[in-house]
Amino acid sequence: MSISKKIVDDFVANDVSFITTVPCKQLAGVIDEVEARPEIYHIPANKEDEGMGLCAGAFMGGKRPAIIMQNTAIGVTVNTLVTLTQFYRMPLPMLISYRGELREPVSCQVEMAVHTKALLNQMHIPTYHFHKESDVNEFDAILKYTFMCNKPVAILTDASFWGGYGDQ
Amino acid sequence: MIRSEILREIAPILHDQLVVCNIGLPSQELHMIDDQPTNFYMLGTMGLSSSIGLGVALAQDKTVISIDGDGSVLTNFGTLPTIANNVADNFILLIIDNGSYGSTGDQPTYAGKKTSLSKVAEACGCENVVECKDVDTGKVLQAAIDSKKMTIIVSKCDSGNIKLPVITMDPVVIRDRFMKSVAS
Repeated sequence: MSISKKIVDDFVANDVSFITTVPCKQLAGVIDEVEARPEIYHIPANKEDEGMGLCAGAFMGGKRPAIIMQNTAIGVTVNTLVTLTQFYRMPLPMLISYRGELREPVSCQVEMAVHTKALLNQMHIPTYHFHKESDVNEFDAILKYTFMCNKPVAILTDASFWGGYGDQ
Repeated sequence: MIRSEILREIAPILHDQLVVCNIGLPSQELHMIDDQPTNFYMLGTMGLSSSIGLGVALAQDKTVISIDGDGSVLTNFGTLPTIANNVADNFILLIIDNGSYGSTGDQPTYAGKKTSLSKVAEACGCENVVECKDVDTGKVLQAAIDSKKMTIIVSKCDSGNIKLPVITMDPVVIRDRFMKSVAS
């Protein structure tokens, strides 16, 4: 089974039915899989803070939401995470491509990568880092944990997890 | 009319509806005029009233009215294409366009200058866009509710504020009672 299919199977099994996405090259497969599933309303967002607003609304409307985005978005969404998601105590699984890690070809991505975990830590956001393919086996438990504790939770997925960018 | 006068006039229409209300003075005014568990007050996060409201509307069947401001829509312009391409016929976006950032001291916005939010909404693909005068807001809002079609209303009004206290209600209480209203 592909990683993307396993991840989206876990979303569906945990009743996550509203997913907003801002694309990243590494996330293309999982976004395609989200789009293909009739159980999920897929709503692409133009910016990640907008996506978090949509997720907050969907949660209050009775659906379990999730956001799929790149780690650069952590820089964009600090205010939304603290004044909306955390302040109103809402759950939000954040499946994040962790650009700027080992095997990264684009130097600028490293500039945000070095701040990613520090920012998540500063915001007291529970953070998991998927580095090996087998790490995906924890995804189901992480989703259950997120909706148990009503917090935003970050799942950082790096290039090694996704199988790299090919030969460089 | 200024925004608080519009809110006072449309309060009987909003009374039984799910309302997501913009940060700052709009929420404080609605809270003072007619506090209801069906009102979700934004205590922070400028710009996301329309996004939150669309999310609520897409997740369930009851009518949802997002009250937004011109400054907040300018902050989150990406919301208009998202709304246009994800039609929820139980969603109404009411933009009270007073051409200024009211909560911060009435600094002028570009919507009060050359930029037309109704034309932007149309250009983004929104199908039912109504620009109206402040005095017609109630009539236009009621017609939008009755139409059961997703509608964007831009109500052009005067800038100006009244003095009133901040909302001290706990955010989790605001969220919890709103969710119970949605589910009831």
